[in-house]
Amino acid sequence: MSAKEAIVAVHAARGQRDIVVTTMTPARDWMTLPQQPLDLVLVPSAMGHATSIGLGLALAQPERRVIVCNGDGSMLMNLGSLVSITAARATNLVVLVFDNGVYEVTGAQPIPSPGTIDFVTIARGSGFPSVFEFSDVDSWRRDVTTVLKATGPTLALLHVEAVLGIPGPRSPGPAADRARRFTESLKKQS
Amino acid sequence: MFSGEQIASLFEELGITHVVTVPDSTIGPWQEAIAQRGRTRVVRVCREGEAWQVAAGLQLGGKTPLVMIQCTGLFESGDALRNALHDWKLPIFSIIGYRSYLNQDTLPGDTCLVFTEPVLDAWRIDYRLITQPSQFEEIAKHYAVCRASGKPGAIVIGEGKA
Repeated sequence: MSAKEAIVAVHAARGQRDIVVTTMTPARDWMTLPQQPLDLVLVPSAMGHATSIGLGLALAQPERRVIVCNGDGSMLMNLGSLVSITAARATNLVVLVFDNGVYEVTGAQPIPSPGTIDFVTIARGSGFPSVFEFSDVDSWRRDVTTVLKATGPTLALLHVEAVLGIPGPRSPGPAADRARRFTESLKKQS
Repeated sequence: MFSGEQIASLFEELGITHVVTVPDSTIGPWQEAIAQRGRTRVVRVCREGEAWQVAAGLQLGGKTPLVMIQCTGLFESGDALRNALHDWKLPIFSIIGYRSYLNQDTLPGDTCLVFTEPVLDAWRIDYRLITQPSQFEEIAKHYAVCRASGKPGAIVIGEGKA
């Protein structure tokens, strides 16, 4: 499936109260879709840390679901965060790993060991109670709601096609202003 | 220098909701007292860069987190804290253990003494150095100043062993 098809399914399935964190390629595709106040587009980011920000949000807002749309290269930069997530018992956190085997936003250089790394096994070994894997878009569209409603923390590995020659995501605006608006939106919707 | 009870009580007074931490031999023993009192949650992470970004998520989510790590972890934290404190301008406060500051018996020539304060300056973190128990009240004072200005800050605690 394409990354865009995968993210469109997430966009359609997310609840109004859900927080959605996107970074790298998922952020680029997410920003082509209608935006909501509880979308947190991590551009600029500290690469690898979307899962950590997601953990903090999940602990701060335990009554909401937090969905993190992460890249495979980003996930490799912060594998320990999977252990931190289960240690903190962040049952409202869903991590979606978009696995295309490359650092797409820098020109599609391969990640270390593409096709060998097994995020499903890593997630299970880190203590995730709900772990899923999808390769075709029909299955993903059919089951995305089940994944989002599973007993968390949850990780779903999405095998997506790399897209060559498309620039990485551009910041949708000054980060500090977006941070302030995001926190205000949370307060308004509490 | 300070007991876990002192620190736990202080965090409660300051309204700290979460302490995101990787331990060392000075700040690590404080965890138990903080966790036992129950009003400030201890969040244990695997590396210090994570701590800043978990704290960023907590701050964005409306909580009042504090990062508690050793200076070696500060060195590891660079991009994570740059993004949280300077891109997103989140006023996250931290307590940094300053390895070997009071005693170099364990690690003679420890280069933590060379790099800790220049690194804090480079990241534009307003810090106060605490080297003796009589300075305990300076922690709350500096925290209040940083909160009032909406800027990040740090307390650097001199440590006597690695």
